[in-house]
Amino acid sequence: MTQIRRIPGTAIAAHAVLITYTIIALFPVFVILINSFKTRRAIFRDPLGLPTEETFSLIGYQTVFKQGDFFLYFQNSMIVTVVSLTLILLFGAMAAFALAEYRFKGNTLMGLYLALGIMIPIRIGTVAILEMMVSTGLVNTLVALILVYTAQGLPLAVFILSEFMKGVSDDLKNAGRIDGLSEYKIFFRLVLPLVRPAMATVAVFNMIPIWNDLWFPLILAPAEEVKTLTLGSQVFIGQFVTDWNAVLSALSMAILPVMVLYVIFSRQLIRGITSGAVK
Amino acid sequence: MAAPSKQKTRWHIAVFLAPAVLVYTAVMIYPLFNTLRLSLYSEIDQERIWVGLQNFRTLFGDAIWSDQFWNALANNGWFFLIHMLVQNPIGIALAAILSSPRLRFSAFYRSAIFIPTILSFVIVGFAWKLILSPIWGIAPGMLDAIGLKFLYQPWLGKEEYALTTLSLVSVWQYVGIPMMLIYAALLSIPDEILEAGECDGITGMAAFWKIKLPLILPSIGIISVLTFVANFNAFDLIYAAQGALAGPDFSTDILGTFMYRTFFGFQLQLGDPHMGSAIASAMFGIILIGVCIYLFGIQRRLRNYQF
Repeated sequence: MTQIRRIPGTAIAAHAVLITYTIIALFPVFVILINSFKTRRAIFRDPLGLPTEETFSLIGYQTVFKQGDFFLYFQNSMIVTVVSLTLILLFGAMAAFALAEYRFKGNTLMGLYLALGIMIPIRIGTVAILEMMVSTGLVNTLVALILVYTAQGLPLAVFILSEFMKGVSDDLKNAGRIDGLSEYKIFFRLVLPLVRPAMATVAVFNMIPIWNDLWFPLILAPAEEVKTLTLGSQVFIGQFVTDWNAVLSALSMAILPVMVLYVIFSRQLIRGITSGAVK
Repeated sequence: MAAPSKQKTRWHIAVFLAPAVLVYTAVMIYPLFNTLRLSLYSEIDQERIWVGLQNFRTLFGDAIWSDQFWNALANNGWFFLIHMLVQNPIGIALAAILSSPRLRFSAFYRSAIFIPTILSFVIVGFAWKLILSPIWGIAPGMLDAIGLKFLYQPWLGKEEYALTTLSLVSVWQYVGIPMMLIYAALLSIPDEILEAGECDGITGMAAFWKIKLPLILPSIGIISVLTFVANFNAFDLIYAAQGALAGPDFSTDILGTFMYRTFFGFQLQLGDPHMGSAIASAMFGIILIGVCIYLFGIQRRLRNYQF
């Protein structure tokens, strides 16, 4: 510290509370990660110790790679998440633009209709969704998951994006109209680039629930070749309950991609939440 | 595209709205109402027939079903109560500390405390199951280290503790969300108001209770209703930690797992989509009641302060 100043007792107390809670929040993750690199013996003898030269082992990861198709699961999760996010953003922004930009009969009603889904969870309709997917032959395909997640993400996306689009200056759009741009070009060329921060917020909000969802993969796409990472690790761990090395390694591998995403997007996520986008 | 006739058939509005409205209607709204409709049917000899409210009569009247339903509902209520009593106060307290001015490393604390929230229930469920497991011995070992070993119980395996333990695990996971939302609300309180309070001698804790807390009540209201909706359609954590049977002896059964079991069947019971729909309809009703209480009963009384 370059400057001598009095550290008041309240600051110390604040740090003490925050450090305690941070440890509570990170401890389980830490325990899983360190133990995934240890031998079975060390896992039980010294669960809290870091892996040392003697206790270091990758046996768990070897089992995971041999038995489970984690690359396939990862790829499935990636496809579902990326495609769903793209569709949510594209369709959501288009609808939000229509609601924010034009006055037409039923505008408010349409806005309310689309907002219904913010509060009502899509899971309630699972029975009929499954029936529909079976009758259209989409069951056990990634398309089924993508459709469900797109529908689930749209209400909040439309709501947030239309709030932002109301803030885009009318002069700019009218200047575009005078220059002879079609409404489509005004949307894609002028408005979309301006609401990019809001789009990023929507993307980050939707990304984590889609990636982590267990319910719909379990019900709509349980087949081996379309399992997502969340379902894949759930099933894998269920089968290998007694193989602690494998379970711990599988957990660590499921944690890893989310952590990477979080490190990349945490600023965006936290800014999104704290900017009051979800009010 | 055909050129629109001279005056206003503004096709572009329809084009902009169509994809979102179609997907949303086809995959969300239609199945929702279809599920409500299916709850009025039953399958007899592989034929779907109209039975009116019979499924609901079974659900609430037949002891085999109604016991399970009320058990799941009561468990769900307890699950929600723990979230309200533990998660939200902790979230508010953390946010209040984080938002104090000139606090160092606050960005680090914020990001770190939010980490559990981004993990899936599967990871969280299994991780805690391992940590609390008597086989591995981390939990008893740690209690032993502070001389409290006698407190240790295999919490997830005991009927009287399992649900509370899982609720606390869920609280641990989701405390980040109220923390962030309250933090945002606290930051948006203008300094002038707090300074005016200081002039009147209201500082420290008093400033929190008398000025800040009343101002963030609307955010607390939103968090409560979000928690309510999320809790009454929860499933993943219980399923990941205790399986579809929500053991021990259904003591952790909540509406989500009850609906899953009914819909897909388990052990000797066959899956029944119509009873599943009836349970889903009941969940829909419960969530609707909760949201309406919030919208008409609570939100209207809270004044939103615009700064």
